[in-house]
Order: sequence, then structure tokens, then C-alpha cells
Amino acid sequence: MRITQGCFSFLPDLSDEQITAQVEYCLGKGWAIGVEYTDDPHPRNTYWEMWGNPMFDLRDAKGVMMELEDCRKAHPQDYIRLNAFDSSRGLETVTMSFIVNRPDNEPTLRMTRTESRGRSQHYAWETQR
Amino acid sequence: MAMAEASSSAEGLPTSVDLVEEYNASGVAEILDELDRELVGLKPVKQRIRETAALLLVERARRAMGLSHEPPSLHMSFTGNPGTGKTTVALRMANLLHRLDYIRKGHLVSVTRDDLVGQYIGHTAPKTKEILKKAMGGVLFIDEAYYLYRPDNERDYGQEAIEILLQVMENNRDDLVVILAGYADRMDRFFESNPGFRSRIAHHIDFPDYDDKELLSIAETMLGRQGYQFDTKAAAMMSDYIARRRRQPHFANARSIRNALDRARLRQANRLFEESAGPVDAQQLSTITAGDISASRVFSTVEPNHPEISS
Repeated sequence: MRITQGCFSFLPDLSDEQITAQVEYCLGKGWAIGVEYTDDPHPRNTYWEMWGNPMFDLRDAKGVMMELEDCRKAHPQDYIRLNAFDSSRGLETVTMSFIVNRPDNEPTLRMTRTESRGRSQHYAWETQR
Repeated sequence: MAMAEASSSAEGLPTSVDLVEEYNASGVAEILDELDRELVGLKPVKQRIRETAALLLVERARRAMGLSHEPPSLHMSFTGNPGTGKTTVALRMANLLHRLDYIRKGHLVSVTRDDLVGQYIGHTAPKTKEILKKAMGGVLFIDEAYYLYRPDNERDYGQEAIEILLQVMENNRDDLVVILAGYADRMDRFFESNPGFRSRIAHHIDFPDYDDKELLSIAETMLGRQGYQFDTKAAAMMSDYIARRRRQPHFANARSIRNALDRARLRQANRLFEESAGPVDAQQLSTITAGDISASRVFSTVEPNHPEISS
């Protein structure tokens, strides 16, 4: 099942040139880029593993692409996303985030049901490989 | 219209390129003129920059016409005594390479050993990479590069930084230009012990010392930029000062001049305070007199024509 979260996730996967162009856009806005990866794309799993520190003060997308390359080499079968962090006062948050790497077979999200007290039922998503 | 021009040959590539027009369109002329105007002396350096610009223009024309082209390696080493304008020229170089589309962004990242080499095992690689990432698309200027290599300590982390640098210089040739700078004799020794660097750096540019006349004109330009000027006697005194200062140890060309001027301004301010009885005008506030310069220690310790006292 194709996981859709962040920008562009309903589009076909971005090529490296397209990723470079997006990163250039982010850098042009003065945003810092962070590379993150995870094996669990559950929507509630907000905090992915960081691949090094977020990169402030970059001028060219090549620096990000180098890190992405290294991350892909180390985690080819994980999800990798780029986060663009806007540090301007009052925002100070991730303003853009998109997936740049997916495993060959993606896990599925399955709805599960649990009984709890008083015959009430709880529903939750579960990632299944 | 653009399409009609482009389709003049079979593959849609132009069959001829007007180099002069390219030259004018690229904005390189402005930078070279600026270089001539604002930097005093440095003839061989300017010559080399011109040659580099020509090479890149031809390269660009070849690319436009679809001829085979291998982007030239433009890593450089700047050697010269302190204060001969290496950093200033590096800044101009970054600008020039950007105008010629050789590098994408055209910024200069200036670093020394401390920025590249870590303090414990495993610290160096991320630190060096961090700097390299920042320099991507621009020029990485490594000042006093020979400190990277410490022959007396074989476990020095500098070696690690050197290896990463060499790798990036080779693999990311179209992403950044590395300029190593330092004093000539030490750089030579550095290259001898690191043959990898020598073979990867095609352009060795030597910065000559300034002569006395050039230094005086540098002094006048510096003052002019700060909104000051010499009176006639002060200019003569300054050229005398330069001749004496040169024979003292730790003479650092333009940098020494800048420091001397800073001290002269200090004395001028002091003099205005002590002497002025009434209001002072703009003329007085911006004039350096002979007295402001002649109070320098250099005049009491160095005789004008006895070079043997120099050290």
C-alpha cells in the first residue's frame, strides 16, 4: 500500500533532479533542511530518526543531496523524508515535508478493533508488513 | 525569434559563437575592470585571472556548440606573503566563476584548520563534511592550509580532513572550487608532503609583495574609503614610513598599512582633542597630518637608510 503523507505523496516518486529543485526552493526561502528516516510510517509516528543534524546555512542543494545519498546507502529499505524548517519568529516549525525514499514493498495500514470495558470498542490503525 | 536562431544548424545548435559578445554578455568585463581599478599592483595575479576567464568563456562556447567538453579543474593555490590580497582576490574569483556559470551560487566560505579538524576521534569527518556542505555551489577558501598537515604528529586528525577534502575535490569538481592559501615556502613544503594535493591543483598563483609606491596608493585608497585624506606633507611622510616599516620584522604589506592608518587616526583624534580651542570643521576632522604619522614608533627605531638594523 502506498503511504501518502507530506507534500507530493500522491504524485509519482520525485526524481533526484526534482528533489534538488524542491530543496533549492526551500533554501531560497531560508529554511533549514533535515533528513529523517524510519521503518514505521504509521501516521502517529511523528518523530522519525534524524540523519545527522538539520542543515542550517546551506547555499546549495548539493549539500542536502549528499546527505540524502548517504542516508539512502545506509537505509535503502526505509522511508526517508526531507523536512524544511522555518526558523522565523512566530513560526519556528516544519513548513514542508516530503518523502524521498520508499521501501520496495511498503507495509499496509490495517484497521484493528479492540474490546474494552462495557462492550465499548476501540479502533486503531496498525502497520502490517 | 529565439527559435529561429537556435535552429540555424541541423541539431539546433549554433554553428558559430561570437566570443566578444559572449564576453560582454557574461558581465565578466565589469569584474575584470573592477579588479583593475580597485586592486593596486598584483600584475601576475590579474593576468592569471584573465586567462582563467578566457578559458571558461571558450569552454562555455564549446558547450553551446555541442563540442565535447570536460569541465576544467579550477582548484587553486594562492601563495604569497601576508597582506598581499589573497582573501580579497578569492572573493573576486568566486564572483567571477559565478558569472561564468562555473559554480552555481558564487559565495565564499573562508575557513582555517580549526573549522575542519576535530578535537577527538570521529569528530573530524562530520566537521569537515559540514563545511563542505556549506561550501557547495561556491568557493571554499582554506587559509593557511599547511596547518592541516602536521608532520611531527602522525596521529594528527588533520590527515583525515585532508583525505576527505581530496575526495570531494575529485568527485564534486563541478560543485565547488577549493582555494588553498598561505605563505609560499610553507605551501611548497605542504605540497611536497601531500602529493595528492599537488596533482589535483592545476593553478598555482603567486602573489608578489607590493612595492613602496603601490603601498602608498593603497594607503590613500584605504583612507579615501573611510572618508579621510592626507595633506601634502603627510603623504610624503607616509612614503617615508612605508620604506622604514618594510625593514622591520613582521611586515605584512597592506595589512601593516591598514594598522598604521588606524593608529594614525587614533593620534589624529587625540590631537584634535588636545589642540582644538574652538569648533572644528569637516576639513580638520578628515585630514591626517604629517605629525600623526611621524609620531609612530617606527621613526624612532629604524634609520631611513640602514637596512642592517632591520631585525
